[in-house]
Amino acid sequence: MLRPRVIPCLLLDGKSLVKTTQFAHPDYIGDPVNTIRIFNELEVDELMLLDISASKEERSPQIDLLKTLVDECFMPISYGGGIQDLDTARELFSIGIEKVVINSHTFDDPSIINSISDSFGSQSVIGSIDVKNKSFGGRKVYSQSGSKEHNVDPVEWAKELERRGVGELLITSIDREGTWEGFDHELINDLSSEVSVPIIAHGGASDVSDIRKVIHQSGASAAAVGSMVVYQKQDKGVLVNFPDIDDLRFKDPS
Amino acid sequence: MITIVDYGMGNVGSIANMLKELDETSIITDELEEIRQSKKLILPGVGSFDKATNAIRQSGLLDALDYAVHQREVPLLGICLGMQILSEESEEGDTAGLGWIPGKTKRFSQEDKPELQVPHMGWNSITVRNNCALTQDLPEDPRFYFAHSYYVEVENDEHSIMETNYSIKFNSGIKKDNIYGVQFHPEKSHKYGLSLLKNFIRI
Repeated sequence: MLRPRVIPCLLLDGKSLVKTTQFAHPDYIGDPVNTIRIFNELEVDELMLLDISASKEERSPQIDLLKTLVDECFMPISYGGGIQDLDTARELFSIGIEKVVINSHTFDDPSIINSISDSFGSQSVIGSIDVKNKSFGGRKVYSQSGSKEHNVDPVEWAKELERRGVGELLITSIDREGTWEGFDHELINDLSSEVSVPIIAHGGASDVSDIRKVIHQSGASAAAVGSMVVYQKQDKGVLVNFPDIDDLRFKDPS
Repeated sequence: MITIVDYGMGNVGSIANMLKELDETSIITDELEEIRQSKKLILPGVGSFDKATNAIRQSGLLDALDYAVHQREVPLLGICLGMQILSEESEEGDTAGLGWIPGKTKRFSQEDKPELQVPHMGWNSITVRNNCALTQDLPEDPRFYFAHSYYVEVENDEHSIMETNYSIKFNSGIKKDNIYGVQFHPEKSHKYGLSLLKNFIRI
């Protein structure tokens, strides 16, 4: 049967790779070409690249850089950041990007999901939702790398994106991102029980047992991981790594 | 030297990239004469069945491919939709397939299994059913990247070379004489893909 997917999620800020904590404090990780070359050698199954400054700076994707990165890789790559229309998505597919990740622009014009899904199939578009818990219960949704707040419930928004044709949902917990505190299992659970498209859980992963838990207990189909694959350990230096493939076989839920 | 057929169906750059990694030269072309005289062909494909078969029929590509594959008997590898159009027909469309490998292309049925996610997308294992030049010496526990909603059901079991389990067992690799097809994307399947394409280069 299908293997559970563990997807290194790499953040592009300009021409550099960075790692943030709760969407702030970007730390420099390295040159994207070199880093991606290492992930290719580690034979990861899939990669995700998010340009975290594109939408904020109203910039379109850095096609030349992305082309160089895609040429280094023999695995599927999804990309998000600054995608505002079908033509941009088409250009990304033409250079070898497998799937596009759309977040900020869904708030300006949600029909972008319909148009990409109709032209390239639902498997080519991932809807991304960044979520933050409110201090006194409830949740808020953000766009533009956490800088713009939207008055919408994540579950309702997920259903809307599903209805418009996303093939997958990337659910990021802003509170957990970069913290090593584990996924927001409650959030993932609430979403996975309400939508039927696969959910990629993101934000807080610290080890394989956490990944196992989010897939077996919280209903995620895949886990996106950041800190644990670019740092040696929490509060330690940069070390591009990937957990042993045998650890990822998920024989039985434990 | 491998000729990658460019008929407007999907990104062919990543296939060329992987061949380059294997030190094999390739060209991406829609030139009919180039295809007629090719030494080895890759038929990629992303998109819909009818669009692909129409593109092949309308541009004169069909005659050129037919000449290379059936007269000159050069090896051809169809990838994903490029494999499905080798069959006779598909539940996805109304047009006839090339019919070079007897069989039909069907959709994963969710009727009895509403929880089955279609498209089948991600990495999955393959089992070799009939060993051939393409399946030799694959790394242990081979797995490949899939992204599809339809699969080929061959008429003769001997034409199935690999199978994969996704609620049902379906043919992830087929072969008849010099014609090969794989449902997965070797160009996105790192060492396993490299190993399979290396086999194709050696045929």
